[in-house]
Amino acid sequence: MVTPTLGMRGLRRGKPRYSIFSLARHALDYHEGWQRAWRAPEPQPEYDAVIIGGGGHGLATAFYLASLHGIRRVAVVEKSWIGGGNTGRNTTIIRSNYLWDESAAIYEHALKLWEGLSQELNFNLMFSQRGVLTLAHSEHEMKEMSRRVNAIRLNGIDSTVMTPAQIKQLVPIIDISPSLRYPVMGGFFQQRGGTARHDAVAWGYARAADECGVDIIQNCEVTGIRQAKGAVTGVETTRGFIKSAKVGCVTAGHSGIMAAMAGLRLPIESRPLQALVSEPIKPIIDTVVMSNAVHMYISQSDKGELVFGAGTDAYNSYAQRGSLPVIEHLLASAVELYPIVSRLRVMRTWGGIVDTCPDASPIISTTPVKGLYFNCGWGTGGFKATPGSGHVFADLIAQDRPNAIAAPYTLERFTTGSLIDEHGAAGVAH
Amino acid sequence: MLLIECPWCGPRDEAEFAYGGEAHIARPTEPDKLSDAEWAEYLFLASNPRGTYLERWRHAHGCRRWFNAVRDTYTHEIIEIYAMGSLPKSKLGIQAYEDSWRRGSAAEQNAKRGSAKS
Repeated sequence: MVTPTLGMRGLRRGKPRYSIFSLARHALDYHEGWQRAWRAPEPQPEYDAVIIGGGGHGLATAFYLASLHGIRRVAVVEKSWIGGGNTGRNTTIIRSNYLWDESAAIYEHALKLWEGLSQELNFNLMFSQRGVLTLAHSEHEMKEMSRRVNAIRLNGIDSTVMTPAQIKQLVPIIDISPSLRYPVMGGFFQQRGGTARHDAVAWGYARAADECGVDIIQNCEVTGIRQAKGAVTGVETTRGFIKSAKVGCVTAGHSGIMAAMAGLRLPIESRPLQALVSEPIKPIIDTVVMSNAVHMYISQSDKGELVFGAGTDAYNSYAQRGSLPVIEHLLASAVELYPIVSRLRVMRTWGGIVDTCPDASPIISTTPVKGLYFNCGWGTGGFKATPGSGHVFADLIAQDRPNAIAAPYTLERFTTGSLIDEHGAAGVAH
Repeated sequence: MLLIECPWCGPRDEAEFAYGGEAHIARPTEPDKLSDAEWAEYLFLASNPRGTYLERWRHAHGCRRWFNAVRDTYTHEIIEIYAMGSLPKSKLGIQAYEDSWRRGSAAEQNAKRGSAKS
């Protein structure tokens, strides 16, 4: 396992720091004097690197490019507002308990970065290692889980098998009676997993990247990728042409559209993934519980809302909304496993467009077009990887070759056949 | 929620159907003649358009028969339903079929050669 390097430490560039003291100071003038967290610059004619997509992954990439690799002229172009896509639509679950070595390496890399990220970015990400419990609902699933736990522990990642009685102790609201249609047979638990405030991740990276001189250009849609002699020369946008010899594309569900602009095709299908929250209530669950077999996961936000995540809708879509049967299915499972939620009202439902890959693993890759890089295919589980993804993608863009963690995630794996099949770990609740 | 018109049973809720993904992917009849890259293109690469899409559905909780649909992946509008083995007749459907990169793909050429022989 590679130990992440923390980029920003001791490298402050003059932005006033957020702290308890600044909070107290600003209280004196009724919080009217807070500075802008990031600028709203006009696009420059040329940059050293352009990142398409202002979600968590894109902003993290820009931040690490500027802070670790010394590439100062970096722009992030975002067609609407930053963090408004899947970064603001996921259920904020973070974990690294994946089966295969390649996955363990990248997700654990991310988790280690998460552990120091609020301090590094000087932004409270509300990162909470409240633990992630995954349930097994059949004898077979329990056996498979035990095997998985062993593999995960061999990679040095914390993971424990739990009995139904232990689960009941950890999650008192759960029904573990054997009469359920899908009874709880056990589960496995990663204590270092948990949640973070998803918007804060985008804002924290944006603020820190801006501090390093990165231009964050919102309301600027990329309409074309210009190339000459097999190399990228820049991007056409709704705010004019931006010249750059390096372009990193981090656009999740819209990656196929970006690839088509460059004359490439990807093994990605775009599907809606839905989630919902209940009305806020007093704390009833202080961990995250996932269940792949019944397509449901649950946690409680700091505001008190129960956050439920579903499986993907069956059909391809770019509409950022899904169908009701998926929500119905999710709520049926929720009510059976947690009878206490039956009389809660659903407050909001929404969908994001996820970029699903045939092997449920991401693509972090160079392309046949020199200087054009793709980071996509995170499917239903990209949020947890945000820092690690940005960290290795920045390295790929800066060095023009993948590092040891990113190397297995090339586009070529679909030709060579060395897929990283994580359907088991991910499938639904990723 | 989609309301899908099964050609045999009429309009039914989406929940009765199973999704079959992209339509008109010709399976190579002589796979050994394809390079690894051409095989990967057939097996893994997706059209995944935003807009008109030709796709397959199965009335899983009904007559259990397959059919094709022309659907817009952004508006979710179902433009046309047509039989397996036939081509779309709507203007958008014809255009999507003809513009697809699959028409020139090595896999489809290979499939055509194979069916011409037999």
